Amino acid sequence: MSQIKCTDLTLGYGAQEIVTGLSFEVNAGDYLCIVGENGSGKSTLMKTLLGLTKPLSGSITFGDGVTARSIGYLPQQTDVQRDFPASVREIVLSGCLGRDGFRPFYSKADKALAARSMERMNITDLSRRCYRELSGGQQQRVLLARALCATEKLLLLDEPVAGLDPKVTAEMYELIESLNKHDGVTVIMISHDIANSLPYASHILHIGSDIFFGTRQEYLDKTHLDQAHLDKTRFAQKEGTDRE
Amino acid sequence: MNDLFATLGFYLEKPFVINALIVGVLIALCSSLLGVTLVLKRYSFIGDGLSHVAFGAMAIAAVLGLTNDMPLVLTITVVCAVLLLRMGKNAKIKGDAAIAMISVGALAIGYLLMNIFNTGSSNLSGDVCSTLFGSTSILTLSTFDVWMCIILSVIVVLFFVLFYNKIFSVTFDESFARATGQRAGLYNLLIAIVIAVIIVVSMQLVGSLLISALVIFPALSAMRVFKSFKSVTICAAIVSVVCALIGLFTSILAGTPVGSTIVAADIAVFALFSLIGAVTKRNA
Ligand SMILES: Nc1ncnc2c1ncn2[C@@H]1O[C@H](COP(=O)(O)OP(=O)(O)OP(=O)(O)O)[C@@H](O)[C@H]1O
Ligand SMILES: [Mg+2]
Repeated sequence: MSQIKCTDLTLGYGAQEIVTGLSFEVNAGDYLCIVGENGSGKSTLMKTLLGLTKPLSGSITFGDGVTARSIGYLPQQTDVQRDFPASVREIVLSGCLGRDGFRPFYSKADKALAARSMERMNITDLSRRCYRELSGGQQQRVLLARALCATEKLLLLDEPVAGLDPKVTAEMYELIESLNKHDGVTVIMISHDIANSLPYASHILHIGSDIFFGTRQEYLDKTHLDQAHLDKTRFAQKEGTDRE
Repeated sequence: MNDLFATLGFYLEKPFVINALIVGVLIALCSSLLGVTLVLKRYSFIGDGLSHVAFGAMAIAAVLGLTNDMPLVLTITVVCAVLLLRMGKNAKIKGDAAIAMISVGALAIGYLLMNIFNTGSSNLSGDVCSTLFGSTSILTLSTFDVWMCIILSVIVVLFFVLFYNKIFSVTFDESFARATGQRAGLYNLLIAIVIAVIIVVSMQLVGSLLISALVIFPALSAMRVFKSFKSVTICAAIVSVVCALIGLFTSILAGTPVGSTIVAADIAVFALFSLIGAVTKRNA
């Protein structure tokens, strides 16, 4: 059974349709990369999957232990308050709240989970620091650690590398890949940076005037992108990180 | 100096002074707790609007000749808080405009009512002035007022402690809270109601025009120096209580108006904390 199955979705706001006839499914352990031009509706799809906006028609079914409420996500434009006084640890812990219902305080398990998420993101030493004083890349990792507290199974990432320099971008991709490969987290990632993100993906969803959904190989065959070229970019990128 | 302490000792034996101190400290504590949320969620406008609504409600209570106006004022203010929150989401009337409408409207109607039904005897401008800026009424609190204040304060503090993590979460990132299954709508509603309660309670201390200062200054001061939500909250509470005590004693000894003295103390602390914040930042 798939974790997410979308059938004939129409996305949009009010009367305005943005994407129609969208069908795809995501299985446990997949790494789905969503690509498309600016304004094609990628973020809208994400918000719809999260239940923040309603689909105009069509259905979304969750399964395999995933519910609409057990998805961790990293938004494209964070609504987070830029000058909010919050320590890294407080923010990461707040990812546990969805599961807690009305329980007023964090449990031992919550705290352990937060500590583990911070470790995975390499931000344990930042845990007492103030969020607003961190660099963009550090902030992204904090929000990713928070997302990990909200889920064990499925992560939705909306342009997680926007605004990061090439080196930090590469690190971010490595982190996400290790979550996918080693921890078995399903990843759905929106990206503009096709050349660099494609190598990691198992499936591609292209939305826009023509919709494509399939494995990476099918996408490459269809678009005639050269696999060797992609491997080369990826290799160069890895070297960049290794040199550190 | 000895004189000063003698006077202070003299006052501290009076039950009405003790009452005023209890009420003052409780109000200062409650009003500081939601300060950070109010500032960052742009709820400070709502807070401002609600204080005017509370003024209008007090006028209505006065017209009806109620001796205990608190229950009526509380009900009206809470209802308006819920309405304002709903209107904020309504695209047709922009949130800010709605708040301005309600708050200025309430102010006008309140003053009008007080004028029309002025029973002749009392001094109207004095009444209005004391509802707007707070008065010596803090020294003439009835037992009912004191108990009401204690009960409401306990409710506010209890709410804050039990919902502390949730308040943090919906203030920091409401979309994330919503997307991961936290009941953000409910928490927003509760926060709005508690803000209304805080405003009604605080009105007794500083009057309706100065409430925002009481709510916002301690939080802003704490934010200059501290970096985590917890430390900011604790610091704001301490600052607020200390300023209230300074203001109360000063006003008892020097005969200055309570509300404005407390706010002046808050402003002084804000200036001090801004300085400390600037210096530590430079040295960091
Ligand atoms: N809240 C909203 N209400 C109405 N229309 C919206 C809203 N948010 C986005 N849109 C519109 O929906 C369309 C798709 O927006 P969306 O943010 O999903 O694009 P995107 O694919 O994520 O683009 P980008 O690559 O720039 O992030 C745009 O035309 C946008 O103007
Ligand atoms: Mg987008």
